[in-house]
Amino acid sequence: MRKVYHRIIQISGNVITVEAEGVANGELAEVRSPRGTSLAQVIRLDKQRVYLQVFAGSRGIATDSEVRFLGHPMKVAASDALLGRVFTGNGSPRDKGPALSDNLIDIGGPSVNPANRIIPKNMIRTGIPMIDIFNTLVESQKLPIFSVAGEPYNELLARIAMQAEVDVIVLGGMGLKHDDYLTFRNTLDEHGALPRTVMFIHTASDPVVECLLVPDMALATAEHFATAENKRVLVLLTDMTNFCDALKEIAITMEQIPSNRGYPGDLYSQLASRYEKAVDFETAGSITILAVTTMPGDDVTHPVPDNTGYITEGQFYLVNGRIEPFGSLSRLKQQVNSETRADHRALMDNMIRLYAEYKEALEKQSMGFRMSAWDEKLLKYGELFEARMMDLSVNIPLEQALDLGWKTLAECFTPAETGIKSDLVKQFWPANQQA
Amino acid sequence: MSENITSQRVTGVNGNMVSVAFDHSVTQNEVAYILPADGSRLKGEVIRVRGREADIQVYESTTGIKVGDPVELTSQLLSVELGPGLLTQVYDGLQNPLPELAKQAGYFLKRGLYVYPLDRTRTWDYTPVAKAGDTLQAGDTVGTVPEGIFQHRIMLPFAWTGEWTVTWTAQPGAYTIDTTVAKASNGQEERPITMVQTWPVKIPVTCYDERLLPSETLVTQVRTIDTFFPVAKGGTFCTPGPFGAGKTVLQHTLSQRSEVDIVIVAACGERAGEVVEILREFPHLDDPRTGRHLIDRTIIICNTSSMPVAAREASIYTSVTLAEYYRQMGLHVLLLADSTSRWAQALREESGRLEEIPGEEAFPAYLESLVAAFYERAGLVRLRDGSNGSITICGAVSPAGGNFEEPVTQATLKVVGSFLALSRDRANARRYPSIHPLESWSKYRSIVAPDKIAAARAMLRAGSDVNQMMKVVGEEGTPTADFVTYLKSEFIDAVYLQQNTFDPVDSACGAERQAYVFDKLLAVIQHPFDFPDKDAARSFFLELRQLFIDWNYMPWKSPEFQSQETRIDARLNA
Repeated sequence: MRKVYHRIIQISGNVITVEAEGVANGELAEVRSPRGTSLAQVIRLDKQRVYLQVFAGSRGIATDSEVRFLGHPMKVAASDALLGRVFTGNGSPRDKGPALSDNLIDIGGPSVNPANRIIPKNMIRTGIPMIDIFNTLVESQKLPIFSVAGEPYNELLARIAMQAEVDVIVLGGMGLKHDDYLTFRNTLDEHGALPRTVMFIHTASDPVVECLLVPDMALATAEHFATAENKRVLVLLTDMTNFCDALKEIAITMEQIPSNRGYPGDLYSQLASRYEKAVDFETAGSITILAVTTMPGDDVTHPVPDNTGYITEGQFYLVNGRIEPFGSLSRLKQQVNSETRADHRALMDNMIRLYAEYKEALEKQSMGFRMSAWDEKLLKYGELFEARMMDLSVNIPLEQALDLGWKTLAECFTPAETGIKSDLVKQFWPANQQA
Repeated sequence: MSENITSQRVTGVNGNMVSVAFDHSVTQNEVAYILPADGSRLKGEVIRVRGREADIQVYESTTGIKVGDPVELTSQLLSVELGPGLLTQVYDGLQNPLPELAKQAGYFLKRGLYVYPLDRTRTWDYTPVAKAGDTLQAGDTVGTVPEGIFQHRIMLPFAWTGEWTVTWTAQPGAYTIDTTVAKASNGQEERPITMVQTWPVKIPVTCYDERLLPSETLVTQVRTIDTFFPVAKGGTFCTPGPFGAGKTVLQHTLSQRSEVDIVIVAACGERAGEVVEILREFPHLDDPRTGRHLIDRTIIICNTSSMPVAAREASIYTSVTLAEYYRQMGLHVLLLADSTSRWAQALREESGRLEEIPGEEAFPAYLESLVAAFYERAGLVRLRDGSNGSITICGAVSPAGGNFEEPVTQATLKVVGSFLALSRDRANARRYPSIHPLESWSKYRSIVAPDKIAAARAMLRAGSDVNQMMKVVGEEGTPTADFVTYLKSEFIDAVYLQQNTFDPVDSACGAERQAYVFDKLLAVIQHPFDFPDKDAARSFFLELRQLFIDWNYMPWKSPEFQSQETRIDARLNA
């Protein structure tokens, strides 16, 4: 029987301090107070002093509450029994199913050895032209959706998840509104995806510290399915900004020196150690991560989207219900878009370049300048581009979308005006189109 | 020794910093091992001593360490092994070969697993150079072994001070790196020399005769760089830019196309996926300059963002030390550090744990001097045998929010010789490489004559001014002459500054071709055109642009290249 400690010498924020011996860094403990029992994790050791982060929060903890150390770090029961289930951030059931304790594995495990990774090579088709043509999603990619409150980011996340061909979906919800959680569950259910889904849900009303565990629980589960069962896993994380705010809260409590707008100096490393779990193996499955990062004040230079952008392999900007062509980027698209069709890359670059010129023409028009013949062409093109390529309700396969792209160009421009290499023009320019 | 091992005990753990009580003596920056109960041996480095307590930055996860765990002090500074077999290797920040770790530990990295950096069993064909009786100093050649296309020099260890007389040399033959291949004496003692030596990474190697002023252009085959913002062999340059501006693609291009002997890629705190591309592709990519594969001239130091932060700090020093080792052989080395901001952040995390008084944005106050000291390890040197070697350092910088006013960018700009500002606007408009033609600068010599560059830059600037003005007065309020200036500047941008890095021909634009094409470009922008109206001017330049872009995709001096040139001339003089 492990020793029980009764003397809590400090309670500050969600961190409590006890004097104890033989405690390991990262170890779990149970804190028992009149309010109930909560798990807690050791986050700092200083001689006999042990600092514990209490998952359920410190509210109601008394100086004589019981602290019992469990002798192991946080674990998740990784097995097929997880499928179809819903858990809280600390791994206890949120649905009516039983608690699981088989095959416990550590969460937040070490990094994949870079030498074991392979170059991603499989495109994930979504039927959304802005993604398929311009910002192709690739298996094992880590990609956030940058957005602001009120945008349909969770709907977009769910739609991509439904259309993507994957074996297992792991949903990690952080600070999720309860309604959003139910919407996710219903969408997955409607498409029959629930039996291959595992959910770790922290809702806005749950204790903040539990939010910190959600990505690690979700990703440890994903790693289990990818390496032990060779599954292709899609991890959905929403909303990572809530996760970062929880990190900030703990850092301030621990009196760490903040670096930028109160966030801890290791925010980059904290995010990277999670996002970098996205991986493709030669001899095992893969993990793809799609996340949502809401930008406070629509500011992309805010520390959370900024650090995220440096870590992830691109980003989708969701603005006014559309994926913006500027700023949105898939860094892995080069791995797959040379294999799709010969015109894919050229069309992608030149259509965006012309759309940028359209935006300039639009600006001139709004300032009341006379439109030149060239401007008129651009204006026509821009409107067609927005309707045919950017509208999220468009749902067509890549090849059709490319053909539509050529059709749009031919309706507006002469081949020389597009700046596309002549041999591609010869091959793909629609035969009976007048410029 | 055993008493020493057991007398030090852990007294506290805070993140990756472990405090240790010691009895005897401790050296600042010495390597220490924490020995937790699970039997692992976790490497760390002493970074502060206060009273009888030392703070150790641990290169591994500190989960499971308890107060009272024993600690082993080594009195050695963090060092790397130098010897034949470094090329083609993929190391982590502490010089553990990652493929070997993968063999031993599987998919994931295993805490506390360390492997010899060099192959102890492989034999090398050794040829002695120094003879018995020769007097040598540190860094002088003792013998050579072939490593790929290079003659790898086995040198008198850098740490040996004073003059040493060779007393014995091995016969030519195949030996492992641990074999004694020579012996030397300094009058007091005789020491054996093997093919491998160690050197502390944080101390620069200075076994050369003198440092020279970098003057020769390092040809990168990127037109914007070589022509407008050149880099010199032995110089330093930086590529700051917000995310998505194309830093990584530019670094890859540089690693493949640069005309240097050896490329060291230091992937410091960035995405693992980016290293994997190099890892998987370089063994198959041909190096047109040597006829071998690119990997044969490459070393990869890979401490990506999810690997331990403290080792990230070390990885920058590890890579520059390897660069110094090869420079000492009279070779030209390019070190690509991606990204120095992540290194600075590792310093910031460490400083925060030490509870030092923070400087700007919580970076430590000594950030600038550390950044300067790192870039100062670049340079062109003349060795004692008269040959020259160089290290060119390219540091990628990832400024928070894309704002160049932040501390790391500013500290870097003070010490580099060339500044390639990557612009988000250019990247958004898919104008790659996104090096901003008006904000960037270089202090080095271009492959094109200065007056020609000046003419082109003047046109770019004038075009940008006209563009600004047009936004106010509109196109109809702009005189046709000004509008043509604008079109000319856009023309330079479209056909010369922009370059398709994914096209095998366009991405490799040699110095000769650049100079040739630049003259043609100059002819266009200096041509006195007379257009009836703006639409005529625009359609003329669109057409000429198409001809030029197609020209860029044609192999240098091929028949099609020549016939396209005739077509361009004809259109120009029509």
